[in-house]
Amino acid sequence: MSTRLNTGGHRIDRSAPVTFSFNGKTLKGYRGDTLASALLANDQMMLGRSFKYHRPRGLVASGAEEPNALLGVGEDGRFEPNQRATTQEVFNGLVSTSQNHWPSLEFDIGEINSKLSRFFPAGFYYKTFMWPRSFWKHVFEPVIRQSAGLGKAPQDADADTYEHYYHFCDVLVIGGGIAGLAAALAAASGGAKVTLLEQGPMLGGRTLVDEDPALAAEIAGMVATLQAMENVRILTRCMGAGVYDHGYVLGYERLTDHLDAKDGPRHRLWRIRAGQVVTATGAIERPLSFAGNDVPGVMLASAVRDYLVDYGVSVGDRTVVVTNNDDAYLTAIKLVEAGLTVPAILDAREGGAGALGTLAEAKGIRVLKGHGIAKVKGRKRVTGVAVCRQTGEGAVTEEIACDAVAMSGGWSPVVHLWSHCGGKLLWDTDQAMFRPDATRPPRGSDGEAFVRVAGIANGVMDLDAVLDDAVAQGLAAAQAVGQAGTTPADLPALTARDDRPTEPVWLMPASAKRDLRAKAWLDYQNDVKVTDVQLAAQEGYESVEHAKRYTTLGMATDQGKLSNINGLAILSGALDTPIPQVGTTTFRPPYTPISMGSIAGEARGETFQPLRRTPMHAWHEANGAVFEPVGHWRRPYTYLRAGEDKHAAVEREIIQTRNALGLLDASTLGKLIVKGPDAGRFMDMMYTNMMSNLKPGKCRYGLMCSENGFLMDDGVVAKWDEDTYLCHTTTGGADRIHAHMEEWLQTEWWDWDVWVVNATEQYGQIAVVGPQARTVLEKLGATGVSNEDFPFMTFQDHVLAGIQARVYRISFSGELSYEIAVPAGQALALWQALLDAGAEFNVMPYGTEALHVMRAEKGFIMIGDETDGTVIPQDLGLNWAISKKKEDFIGKRAQLRDDMARPDRWKLVGLETLNGSTLPDGAYAVAAGTNANGQRNVEGRVTSTYHSPTLRRGIAMGLVLNGPDRMGETIQFNKVDGTTIPTKIVDPVFYDKEGTKNV
Amino acid sequence: MSDPVTALSNAVAEGPVRVAETGPHGMITLRGDLSSDAVAAAVQSATGVAVPEVRRLSSAGDRSILWMSPDEAMILVPRAEVAQIVTALTQALGTAHALVADMSDARARFRLTGEDAHLREVMVRLAPVDMDRFETGEIRRTRLAQIPVALWMPEPGAIELICFRSVAKYAFDVLTVAASSARVFAE
Repeated sequence: MSTRLNTGGHRIDRSAPVTFSFNGKTLKGYRGDTLASALLANDQMMLGRSFKYHRPRGLVASGAEEPNALLGVGEDGRFEPNQRATTQEVFNGLVSTSQNHWPSLEFDIGEINSKLSRFFPAGFYYKTFMWPRSFWKHVFEPVIRQSAGLGKAPQDADADTYEHYYHFCDVLVIGGGIAGLAAALAAASGGAKVTLLEQGPMLGGRTLVDEDPALAAEIAGMVATLQAMENVRILTRCMGAGVYDHGYVLGYERLTDHLDAKDGPRHRLWRIRAGQVVTATGAIERPLSFAGNDVPGVMLASAVRDYLVDYGVSVGDRTVVVTNNDDAYLTAIKLVEAGLTVPAILDAREGGAGALGTLAEAKGIRVLKGHGIAKVKGRKRVTGVAVCRQTGEGAVTEEIACDAVAMSGGWSPVVHLWSHCGGKLLWDTDQAMFRPDATRPPRGSDGEAFVRVAGIANGVMDLDAVLDDAVAQGLAAAQAVGQAGTTPADLPALTARDDRPTEPVWLMPASAKRDLRAKAWLDYQNDVKVTDVQLAAQEGYESVEHAKRYTTLGMATDQGKLSNINGLAILSGALDTPIPQVGTTTFRPPYTPISMGSIAGEARGETFQPLRRTPMHAWHEANGAVFEPVGHWRRPYTYLRAGEDKHAAVEREIIQTRNALGLLDASTLGKLIVKGPDAGRFMDMMYTNMMSNLKPGKCRYGLMCSENGFLMDDGVVAKWDEDTYLCHTTTGGADRIHAHMEEWLQTEWWDWDVWVVNATEQYGQIAVVGPQARTVLEKLGATGVSNEDFPFMTFQDHVLAGIQARVYRISFSGELSYEIAVPAGQALALWQALLDAGAEFNVMPYGTEALHVMRAEKGFIMIGDETDGTVIPQDLGLNWAISKKKEDFIGKRAQLRDDMARPDRWKLVGLETLNGSTLPDGAYAVAAGTNANGQRNVEGRVTSTYHSPTLRRGIAMGLVLNGPDRMGETIQFNKVDGTTIPTKIVDPVFYDKEGTKNV
Repeated sequence: MSDPVTALSNAVAEGPVRVAETGPHGMITLRGDLSSDAVAAAVQSATGVAVPEVRRLSSAGDRSILWMSPDEAMILVPRAEVAQIVTALTQALGTAHALVADMSDARARFRLTGEDAHLREVMVRLAPVDMDRFETGEIRRTRLAQIPVALWMPEPGAIELICFRSVAKYAFDVLTVAASSARVFAE
């Protein structure tokens, strides 16, 4: 059994007991424990069920690479699935649950899958579910959804807060082991601003586990020196998550995950710009591929050592060590020194180990050279191992009873961060590992390396050389940012171990038969076995990237930290191609999953998204407005009164406006000031019609097209003075058209003297609309505003209610209408004054829906309704607004293309249903016959459709084949129920064709 | 007659770092080639303030000029002086190619005050700016969470910030959230 020993565990505080729960059981741990170590201390070896076969699974590792021990942690608003037990520290009240089993962890129906594994081969989804097609949706998917997958998604809103933090430093060191500390000391010695990130709670790394305990004091000294330096900042529990272009690095800091009280932000996402990055991320031990290597109790040798030394926890009473390198001997030695039993070390190498081997044998440990494991015995827990010769097919030479297996297949440097931004790897045959190729680093904008790798992560495995390498990399990084330093004094004196080389062992035993290979796991989390990868190769998946996707090897949440190298070595063997030619899959950030909350940062609730508010927004809110989004603006759709629905409110607003007086908050319309000696010339290029001949004081409606000739925006242009124009754009077009103008001015016509200012937000703009509009203006102090003195399509300056205003007599409703622009800070005051002055006419504000209906009644087009990026002005009957005199305007040439000029383009018409009903939005006019795809032919579509309260019937506009030539003809529009609506083609101007109202 | 109001009616959030919407201010946008002698002379004569260096601001009394781009400056003056300065600047520019526009109402302005180091830590929660190395007299046009802003430090312990008026509430809300966070690098 696994248990807490009476002594040991330098990370835990035995004076601070902690209570937590697992699957409803209350358990005890100590402050400093991880959930993994605390569970092991309570003999909870089995922690979950595997993804595909639902096999019992327990801890394999002790760190971020853990594939199996994924738990649901927390409750309600703090529940989070798939948390690694190895990186979650325990705290009082922690609630954890195991995942992926039904009905219980101990008894799981899904385990039958394991018995049926021959029927679930690699690529099984692709093979099985192709036919019959309907089975996928109705049979396979529901079953798979029920049985596959990991944790359950949270049901409640996240109770925590998160934040971002932008940080700048000269040298960023990632990894707080001895190499990272040394690199930071060296980098900081010349004054460079250095930041060090360590993903765990403690600095010092593996040295504290593997080396002379006396070194702890020396490491503490290094830490103290760094902490005393003003130019150094150290962040623990902060993982270097990703390295990106231009020295951009994401750090993921977990602030409260280990605390009883959850005050303040839970996670902080560090958004770092570093001049140079030094990764000192160490290495991860590889598992060995033997049958039953996934039985709970089989662990990495380093993990067994970590639980013993870091947490004072023994994984088992009798631990068999199996290895292809010397390092695992340390585990055996430390176990024996702790009073535990190691029945044997199985060393796959015929020659055995170096100095550590001698030491192990001196301690009485039996070492079997040239041996390995044929098979692990036990199902929910290791009960023993069957031993065999490594070179054979797995003939069992003896069986050894044990309750734990410590395995080591060698070490893989953590090259992820080096690789994220393009750093290349080379295969080191002597050490049987991929390590960074310093000649092909990630490069910055200057073409020079901006990432360096220090220590074991760099493939430097000897401890004495680690420090030299780390100091060299730290100094080089400082040098690269112009802050050259010197070799730090007082670094610990370390000695190299006299190790014999690691010998690659990709399969144990080397010639294992199929029944053994089919139980030898490569990827624990996605349940990929040696046979799966071999099958992929056999079926022609030669590329490692294809084999990965076919087998799902390395595609789980651990991204193959334990499985990738073993998997590609198996693939390499199956393809008979050397490992470097097979290559690795791509390392992508983040290094381990980071929380969605940390990515969102402060962007939640009220601050989820910036909402744009007009000066009258608060008034709208207080007066029944139902808002609709228009870009980031919220515009009133309509203003509800007691007992009204939206439909009734819109009708009321329209009838009131047509009969007397309505107000519209038009502040969101874009307002671009264009000025300069070349402004007229520029306007003539921007708009399809002539603008330069506009007289000061006059307004003109204009169209803007893209280079491809498509209509992209419209609005009224006012000529303020001889060389100044104000361009009104659509609400959504303001920023886009401003950018469009700047782009042309900065790139194509850089020598034209034109300035543009986006004055959209300087003005609050209010449309005063209806037969009483003039009277209200006069009441507020305007004089000389008769139809003759202040004609349509002109503007004048007036003082209204004491506010300096520019009044544009323009109309989007067909009514007598003034759009009044005042400084935004006075717009609400004018709005109030207009409401007061209009009270005798029962004035009402109206929203965007009434605006839309009224413009449709007049046959005015709306950008985004009548246009969709494929419509040219000619389609809309707007030829009158396209200058034939001008030599050029943006879009002119495009409109000469055959497709634009062909006579059978669908053209704008009005549509009236014969029965007066309102056409469905987006309906198509159906035509005879079917097209090549067997679909019904169509000859037009609805672009705008409304119920007109003025005309008391449905009105619509649409684009119809030869529409303008077919006035009076009845065509059929489809409905979703399959029936059609007979509809007459009519003039698009439904209301007041003669324009009698706008006087 | 009505007096202009600011977007948030001068909202304030008290705390170790105080966030306050201020104003109304006078803000005049000048588009013109800031490196031209004619523009520089006109600006100096109309405002009494020199055209600022790149990414800096210049001040004289209660007037300041913010460098916004090589061809754009923001002239900050007391609200009551706006009309007079717009006229004076337009006249002084004469035939020089430039655009002068009163943009006093287009933006909201905030002032953050508090312990200098704390203030800088509030700002880096939201803006990708190296606040450790940010000097008084510098201006940065940047991003505050999801909106564009310009910010500067008129003196240690104070940050001034402008954004578009329509997003004033968003700016105030995110600044208030950031201002309530604990310090990371407190001594």
